[in-house]
Amino acid sequence: MNITRASGFTALIAASAIVLSGCAANETGGAAPEETEGAPSLEGTLVGAGASSQQSAQEAWVAAFQDANPDVTVEYDPSGSGAGRDTFIAGGSAFAGSDRAFNDEEIAAGEFGRCVPESGIVEIPAYVSPIAVIFNLEGVDSLNLDPATIAGIFAGTITNWNDEAIASQNEGVELPDLAITPVHRADDSGTTENFTGYLFEAAGDVWTAEPDGVWPFESGEAAQGTSGVVDAVTNGTGTIGYADASRAGDLGTVAVKVGDEYVPFSPEAAAAVVDASPFVEGRTEGDLAIELDRATDASGVYPVVLVSYLIGCVEYQDAADAELVSAYFSYIISEEGQQAAAEAAGSAPISDTLRERATAAVELIG
Amino acid sequence: MTALGTPPRIAAKQRPGDRVFAGSAVLAGSLILATLALVAAFLVIQSVPAVTVPADQLSILGGDTFLEYVVPLVFGTVWAALIALVLAVPVSLGIALFISHYAPRRLAEGLGYVIDLLAAVPSVVFGLWGGNVLAPAIQPVYTWLWENLSFIPLFAGPPSGTGRTVLTAGIVLAVMILPIITALCREVFLQTPVLHEEAALALGATRWEMIRMTVLPFGRPGIISAVMLGLGRALGETMAVAMVLSATGVITVNLISSINPSTIAANIALSFPEAYGDNVSVLIATGLVLFAITLVVNAIARVVVNRRKDFSGAN
Amino acid sequence: MTATTAIRTDESNSFASGRLPRAAPWWVLAACLAASAAVFALLGAGAPIAEFNIVGTVFIGMVAYTIVIVAIARLVEGQRRATDRFVTTLVTLAFVIALLPLISLVFTVITNGLPRFDLEFFTYSMRSIVGEGGGAIHAIVGTLLMTGTAAVISIPIGLMASIYLVEYGRGRLARAITFFVDVMTGIPSIVAGLFAYAVFSALLGPGERLGLAGAMALAVLMIPVVVRSSEEMLRLVPNELREAAFALGVPKWLMIVKVVLPTSIAGITTGIMLSIARVIGETAPLLIAAGFTNNLNYDLTEGRMQSLPVFVYTSYVAQGTDAQAYLDRAWAGALTLILIVMLLNLIARLVARQFAPKLGR
Repeated sequence: MNITRASGFTALIAASAIVLSGCAANETGGAAPEETEGAPSLEGTLVGAGASSQQSAQEAWVAAFQDANPDVTVEYDPSGSGAGRDTFIAGGSAFAGSDRAFNDEEIAAGEFGRCVPESGIVEIPAYVSPIAVIFNLEGVDSLNLDPATIAGIFAGTITNWNDEAIASQNEGVELPDLAITPVHRADDSGTTENFTGYLFEAAGDVWTAEPDGVWPFESGEAAQGTSGVVDAVTNGTGTIGYADASRAGDLGTVAVKVGDEYVPFSPEAAAAVVDASPFVEGRTEGDLAIELDRATDASGVYPVVLVSYLIGCVEYQDAADAELVSAYFSYIISEEGQQAAAEAAGSAPISDTLRERATAAVELIG
Repeated sequence: MTALGTPPRIAAKQRPGDRVFAGSAVLAGSLILATLALVAAFLVIQSVPAVTVPADQLSILGGDTFLEYVVPLVFGTVWAALIALVLAVPVSLGIALFISHYAPRRLAEGLGYVIDLLAAVPSVVFGLWGGNVLAPAIQPVYTWLWENLSFIPLFAGPPSGTGRTVLTAGIVLAVMILPIITALCREVFLQTPVLHEEAALALGATRWEMIRMTVLPFGRPGIISAVMLGLGRALGETMAVAMVLSATGVITVNLISSINPSTIAANIALSFPEAYGDNVSVLIATGLVLFAITLVVNAIARVVVNRRKDFSGAN
Repeated sequence: MTATTAIRTDESNSFASGRLPRAAPWWVLAACLAASAAVFALLGAGAPIAEFNIVGTVFIGMVAYTIVIVAIARLVEGQRRATDRFVTTLVTLAFVIALLPLISLVFTVITNGLPRFDLEFFTYSMRSIVGEGGGAIHAIVGTLLMTGTAAVISIPIGLMASIYLVEYGRGRLARAITFFVDVMTGIPSIVAGLFAYAVFSALLGPGERLGLAGAMALAVLMIPVVVRSSEEMLRLVPNELREAAFALGVPKWLMIVKVVLPTSIAGITTGIMLSIARVIGETAPLLIAAGFTNNLNYDLTEGRMQSLPVFVYTSYVAQGTDAQAYLDRAWAGALTLILIVMLLNLIARLVARQFAPKLGR
């Protein structure tokens, strides 16, 4: 019996040794180090943390960046915007991803762990993603709605799909006599802040609550995260919600009324609203915080967007950080970088005008 | 031990082995106390800003005071845990008895293993299952309850369109704590002195009477321990509740509508990623409140157990 | 009795002695299910067969069975046996009810998890992988390392503490430990994560996330479960055994090691396995304390470490444009995690059986 027991343990140890000593098949020494013509090869580990909305995009950026620089490891911790900003302030990460820029008080308070004191920060709106209003209604693929109607639905004042306010904008669409179940985010999120911001600015007389990351009303259904909202909308009937446009899938989507036309979401239309919006005043040169103009009347603009920022220092205490961040940021804002994110995460590539400003900002990093 | 307690006390010879063993046992116990003291200190220190910083500077409170913020959460936490316990305890006791005293012995071990399987399921998976499988499946039941029983406040409705209600969350929690309660109760029931059981049967008791007279009284402190462990899990469960419950932060006993109270742990998970600065302290302070709730609940359970100590083996 | 029921044949004997025949419950059950099926078939007459209400049939059938069997037993066998039958039915029902979510869960996880349960899943990490492909070796390694470390920390502490409580503990310290261990069971998992994160931030500098912090968070969650369950099991060891050992002049520590622990080893193992199962699936604390990474990391003391629950959670939360690839990975990760716990459970039971004394049961 002792022998069987001993052999059992040996087998166990052997099995775990195999598991523990093995390398991941895709990590063996980096994928064929290609020496690109004399470019100084980067090495080291770059740590960032922040917005979970950027995670899919960051995955694509990290993958491409690591393929180009096999000795570099980039860790992006999708711990959330608030946690990401706090980590960045404390110096726990070299860059942050955040669904909102730092506000004036936070910048004035000014201590950023890894930055040279008083050197300022760089904020780049590198991830622009349309927020789609999605619904699950049998036989209906798209609806035209103006901001006031959307606000009414989500505030709980319009409660049935055959309501006159919806029907009058959608002639020819057969609307069922069915209760509307609006689904919103249960968690504190940048998507909610941008969505309520849009309703507040574009339909202020219906939507009276200040924009906030937390849903302001006690009505409607709550679900965790983009995936939770999409699942709740998909599994329910007569449901409507808002989510990152890349996740709309087969669900019906709303074309939003801007000026006199109804605009369905598209990456181009989303990027257009960023271009049409001014930068926040009184910021430093590298700080490209944007004041989104969501009540715009401009044609071909989709105003319900999430803009997520990359945040870094202008001057790092550690030169290695500066080198990596600068290289990584320049890849992200490059055309290839934005295209990679568009493919992997369905985001809207930034326009050339914004790219010029962003490139100038990244060049400040040192 | 009773032997050591008798009056003319004879000091036992202190062997080095005894000293080392007793010493490490004391050390382990004290380490636990120290850890807990550290956790408590951490919670208290980190929660201070939640009370000292003016409420209007804490964006997370949304204009309320801390008390107004935390009361619905406390209610939701206790409410969801209560639902889970009400559902899980009878079923777990039934399963434990089934395995220990009803099922054929050869089958029993396998069945115990099957129930232990439930304990192996990570909370994320419970969340996914609860939100995407259970909720849609149970939604028609809610509609039925609302149509037929809406005069009871519990089923006042209107029913949720997706089924992600506090009752669904309670069911998921019940399924999660079921294996914990079952496994411990089963072990306790199996330890019932065989002589007691046989004596009862010999006196002509039916199986149920035997269980009622020997197994249950013997196992009572163990059952309460098991239930407390389950309750601890139900109170502190984070991810599964966050993923299943449609939480809107109100106080209501309505079980089937989409407007439900949130729980403390789920609320921390939902709000923490976006929380910054002193808002984090507010969340940690709610954690401290949960800590206090557990303290009170356990104190009550202690009193109950101590009153019925008679059957413990090591009395 | 002899006056009213004459003994005629062997078959009627069981009735004569006031007992139902052994097969009676099964016949009643079948009859009730059939009757309930007939009722539902009549109600839904004309509707397609697919709409036949199976859940309703079984539910009504079981209720009917409970009523009928108790009524018959009461008539034939008397009140006491009727109660016995009633409880037997309830207890069996409880088991069946518990199986429903289990079957549904296991079915969901297996059907969704199998598509990506392949070699690549166990040999690849997620480094530089976008969309399809990739694996979870980094998460598996992280989970094993962190849970293992947590177990190495908390099992000795927890077990010794419960021994102290049962065999040594008297007075205030023991009472304090018992009480606060109970309180510890109520620490929300996410708070344990915050605690570990805060401790290591204070020790190693801000924002530090590492495997050891994750292990510490898990240990904080694990210890109370170990203490509570082992304490319960140790208390159930009959005092006669202890006294017998003392009477033979065995030192106390040897008595504990050779008598008390082996007697309760099965229960203690169950408790430890429960505690491991409890923490191995924790997401929230690891997300905070150990962070998130796509790279394989063997070093507990340096750098972020991925774990299976976090892998599953993030794959579900952050689905890219190719959502199915992410979902498949998430479910495969969940399946792996369940299999790991099952395997550990099996090993623990075998080990426990080796050490446990042969009892009458």
